[in-house]
Amino acid sequence: MDIEMNTRPRLAAGCRLSDPNRSPRMLQMPERVLRLNGPSLEIVTRCDGKHTVQQIVSEMQKLYSKAEPERVEKDILGYLSLLHDQRALDFTVENSVSRK
Amino acid sequence: MTATIPTPLALIAELTHRCPLHCVYCSNPLELQARRLELSTEVWSRVLGEAAEAGVLQVDFTGGEPLARTDLVELVRAARAAGLYVNLITSGLPVDERRLAELVNAGLDHLQLSFQGAQEDAASEIAGTRALEQKLQVVRWVREHRIGLTLNFVIHRQNLDRLEEMIALGEASGAGRLEFAHVQYYGWAFANRMLLLPTRDQVDRSIRLLQQAEARLRGKIRVEYVTPDYFAKYPKACMGGWGRKLILITPDGDALPCHAAQIIPGMRFPNVKNQPLREIWDYSEAFQKFRGEEWMQEPCRSCDRRTQDFGGCRCQAFLLAGDAASTDPVCTLTPQRMIVEEIIAAANAEPPSTAAVKPDWLYRTNPS
Repeated sequence: MDIEMNTRPRLAAGCRLSDPNRSPRMLQMPERVLRLNGPSLEIVTRCDGKHTVQQIVSEMQKLYSKAEPERVEKDILGYLSLLHDQRALDFTVENSVSRK
Repeated sequence: MTATIPTPLALIAELTHRCPLHCVYCSNPLELQARRLELSTEVWSRVLGEAAEAGVLQVDFTGGEPLARTDLVELVRAARAAGLYVNLITSGLPVDERRLAELVNAGLDHLQLSFQGAQEDAASEIAGTRALEQKLQVVRWVREHRIGLTLNFVIHRQNLDRLEEMIALGEASGAGRLEFAHVQYYGWAFANRMLLLPTRDQVDRSIRLLQQAEARLRGKIRVEYVTPDYFAKYPKACMGGWGRKLILITPDGDALPCHAAQIIPGMRFPNVKNQPLREIWDYSEAFQKFRGEEWMQEPCRSCDRRTQDFGGCRCQAFLLAGDAASTDPVCTLTPQRMIVEEIIAAANAEPPSTAAVKPDWLYRTNPS
């Protein structure tokens, strides 16, 4: 799906980061886990319903300043789209009241 | 023994064999364990901690009906404290709004609710009791919380022709995930096999419908299903391979590599009351028995697929071919596939009955 830059992704019900005391960190979902490496962990940590996609992209571009900014954006949008298809993310629209 | 011992990923905790349902395809063994034999809260709590330390990421609380245990909230809390992702597999019967809230507050991550069908009468015939209305109520209660919800529809000869209604029920439920599970033929399902086994046409049609539903709902609802064993070309990687990913603990504490493992003759299973989980996983004879490739016979031994399906299911090999170390007879590469072909031919010979007559079910009983 196309990811809108002004939406705020957050982990869907039943999806959460694994215990911070255990490594490697995982994204745990019903009946599956996704191992998170450096950049993917940085992205998923920001899927908190507060950051917009645009903000996540900007922060990641700063964090990975040696990489081409367009490339960083493309990778993030691809990753968010993949998580969406796996039913791991909800996207709330800017200014909308967050639901339960 | 294998050079490297794999890490267990999930613990299947069969807390009890007590259950308000009497499903004709229950995966529990025919010999059910009595309540007085069930592990205590303390032992389960210790085992949950040991599991997390051994690398386990998720616990599936199941049964029987896990809600039959009065200490379930405490066990959910213990699992979460150990750092596990907590899944509850339930009929949804012995729960009300308050108890559900307690479970969620204790750290429940996900609830999987079983469905026997989309209409009360048809579902009741399978479960031996009326349950559908309560299940739909549980769905409404779960939606008040932010936990994952899977509806699990068990499908077979008697309900496959109404698959569309089940998909529609699932779609309208608000669940994030729908699982359509063809019956697997062990335990009670093996005893009721000829009443449950679909025809080839029913299976083909179901796969088509589910493929369409999966594509249509992608991103909204996750739809999952697999081709039933007997109708597949190759066997499934049963439990992800023997002693590779999963460990199951029975109500009285026996550690099994698979639900049905106790039917294999000559096997002795370690018990978590006497031995730490890690030791059982790494070194017990039971877990090493079919781990790796040493035990394999032809055609598995020289087959490229042996690292994908691990020879299929050991219990099925025993049930169908009489030898737990043979290739799973559902595999089309073994001459023993003939056994499965004959069973399918018998199922195909008779079209599914549309009559309301009750077939001669063997209903699952209840332990004392």
